[in-house]
Amino acid sequence: MDQKRRDVLKAGGVLALGAVAGLLGSGPALAQEWNKAAFDTKSLNDAVKAMGGSGAVESKDIRFVNPTPEIAENGAVVPITVSSNIPRTQSIAILVEKNPNVLSANFTIPAGTEPFVSTRVKMGETSKVFAVVKADGKYFYAAKEIKVTLGGCGG
Amino acid sequence: MPDPMRIRASMVGDKVDVKVLMAHEMETGLRKDAKGQAIPAHFIQNVTVTHNGKTVFSAQWGPSISKNPFLHFRFAGGKPGEKVTITWTDNKGEKRSDETTIAGS
Repeated sequence: MDQKRRDVLKAGGVLALGAVAGLLGSGPALAQEWNKAAFDTKSLNDAVKAMGGSGAVESKDIRFVNPTPEIAENGAVVPITVSSNIPRTQSIAILVEKNPNVLSANFTIPAGTEPFVSTRVKMGETSKVFAVVKADGKYFYAAKEIKVTLGGCGG
Repeated sequence: MPDPMRIRASMVGDKVDVKVLMAHEMETGLRKDAKGQAIPAHFIQNVTVTHNGKTVFSAQWGPSISKNPFLHFRFAGGKPGEKVTITWTDNKGEKRSDETTIAGS
């Protein structure tokens, strides 16, 4: 219990240190402290704030690509594939608006890695899915509504 | 010891294309068992992919990633025969690391 509280309090400072350490290239990657605050948020704006941004601008240069469906037959396994054309993309996050906790994943894209990721998420119900891209320190997003016929959060 | 990942890394053009299937419950902590007790959350929190000592991809996950997580991404700078290592850690402190060799084009 105590350790968790200490970790949460540390998270803000450690994240900043982690970012600096990354820039200095300190040897093999340290697993970044898991950003509990971001994974507890209930809205797009709160999640962006918890990830260090101050607001995301909609961008047509972020695309949901095949095999992201319009209608998901099984909410437990919804494929989401995102591609970003924004220069110097640093990270891609996936958020599901109507899920109990909005942030599903945050992928870090080092230089030399394609700003592209494909994974599968659980969706509790029909919802907007957001792809939030951090590029050059600024935040952008695209949204896609995905209909869910059978909810996937285990209800 | 958690079950191994299935990793496929191959050249697509000049990029290394990586597909991974991990074995993990990804329990959200929101489900209840037959007695009405919440099943504790158990999910992968961190994923790190390295090649030649450099991190080429990493992720932080919440429990809403699907069970037996699938991941697909691409990075530059790898050649057939070189190794790609993927490591995950979960909220219970469990860890799994697997490596694969990049297949030729």
